[in-house]
Amino acid sequence: MTGQGVAFAVLAAITIISALLVVTIKNIVRSALFLALSFVGVAGLYILLNAEFLAAVQVLIYVGAITVLMLFAIMLTQQIMSAKISQTTEWFWLALPMALAMLATLIFFFAMRTYPVNPAPDALAVGTTMPLAEALLKPYLLPFELASFILLAALVGAIVIAREEKPGATD
Amino acid sequence: MQPINCYLGVSAILFCIGLFGVMTRRNAVGILMSIELMLNAANLNLVAFSAYGPKHGLTGQVFAVFVITIAAAEAAVGLAIVVNLYMNAKHVNVDQVNLMKW
Amino acid sequence: MAGNYGYVAVFAIVGVAFAVISLVMSWFLRPHNPSGEKLATYECGEVPVGPAWRQFRVGYYIYLLAFVIFDVEVLFVIPWALALRNLKGQGLGLFAVVDGAIFIAVLAAGLLYAWKKGALKWE
Repeated sequence: MTGQGVAFAVLAAITIISALLVVTIKNIVRSALFLALSFVGVAGLYILLNAEFLAAVQVLIYVGAITVLMLFAIMLTQQIMSAKISQTTEWFWLALPMALAMLATLIFFFAMRTYPVNPAPDALAVGTTMPLAEALLKPYLLPFELASFILLAALVGAIVIAREEKPGATD
Repeated sequence: MQPINCYLGVSAILFCIGLFGVMTRRNAVGILMSIELMLNAANLNLVAFSAYGPKHGLTGQVFAVFVITIAAAEAAVGLAIVVNLYMNAKHVNVDQVNLMKW
Repeated sequence: MAGNYGYVAVFAIVGVAFAVISLVMSWFLRPHNPSGEKLATYECGEVPVGPAWRQFRVGYYIYLLAFVIFDVEVLFVIPWALALRNLKGQGLGLFAVVDGAIFIAVLAAGLLYAWKKGALKWE
C-alpha cells in the first residue's frame, strides 16, 4: 500500500467514524466537536484530491466558523446538564432501514460503476489555487458577485430574526 | 492514487449518515449539523470528479466554493431561527414545534 | 509536492502520540484519591458559581454571525487578491479591481446595516 493509500484509509476512517458519532452520541456538545473532526477529515481528503485551497477553506470556514456557530447555538439554547429527554425521535427504527436502503442504492448506482475518467491523475502534481482564482474572476464572475448578495441577505436576515425583542424598543 | 469509486463510496456513506441524522435528531441544532454532513458529502463528490476529470477541470471546485458559501449562509439563518424558536418556546425540540400542524 | 505532506503526516502522528502518551503515562503514575475540593472547577482560585455549562446570552450570537459572514468573505477575497496580478498582466486590471470593490461594498453595506440597527452595540 502506498503512502497515499494509507492516508486515504486513515482520513476516510476519521471522517466516517466521527460522522457516525455526530448522529448517534447523546451529548449534543460532544456531537458538535465530532462534527469538527469529521470536517478535518474531509479537508484531508481534499488535499489528496489536489484541492489545497478548498482544504484550507474547509478548515477556516467549516471548522473555524460553522462548528463554532453550532456550539454557540447549543450554548444559547440548551440547559445541557438538565436535559433528560432522549435526543432522538421515535422514528429511529424506521429511519435506520431507510438510510441503509439509501446507502445501498447510492453504492450500487454510483460507486460500483466505472466512469469515463482519468483513472490515475498525477497526484499533487500541479497547484490548483491559481487556476481556481482565475476561474472565479473570469467565467464565474456573476456567481462571484451574487455570492456577496447571498451573504448580505444572510447577514441581514439572521440579524432581523435573532435579535432580542426588547420590551419598549420601537426600532 | 485511489480509483474515484473510493471517494464516491466515502461520500455516499457520509451522505447517508447525514440523512439518518436528519431523520432521527430531535434537537434542531442536531438536524442542522446533519445537514452540514450531507453538504460535505456533496462537496467531496464534486471535488473528486473535478480531480479525476479527463482534463484537470476546475468546475467541481468552483461549485464546492459556492456550496460552502451557501452552507455558511444557511447555517447562519437556520441557527438564527433556532435561537428565535428558543426565545419563544423555551426549547428546540422539533417534534414539539407543532403549533401550525393541522 | 507529495513530500511536503509527508511532514504534515509526521506532525499529526507526533502530535497525537504526544497527547496520548502523556495522558496514559500520567494515568499510570499519579496517585488516585479525589476529594470534593480537587474535583471542583478551577476558576482562577475563586469558588465557582453555578455549573460551567450554563446558558449564554443571545447577544453573543449576533457577533458570531457577523464573524461567520466575514469569514466566508475571505473565501472570495483571497482568490481575488491572488488572481489580481495575473489579470493585470492580461490587461484586465481595472476590471478585476472593480469586481472586488463591488463585492466588498455589498458586504460593507451589510456591516453598515448591522451597525445602524445597533446589533454591534454591547448592552
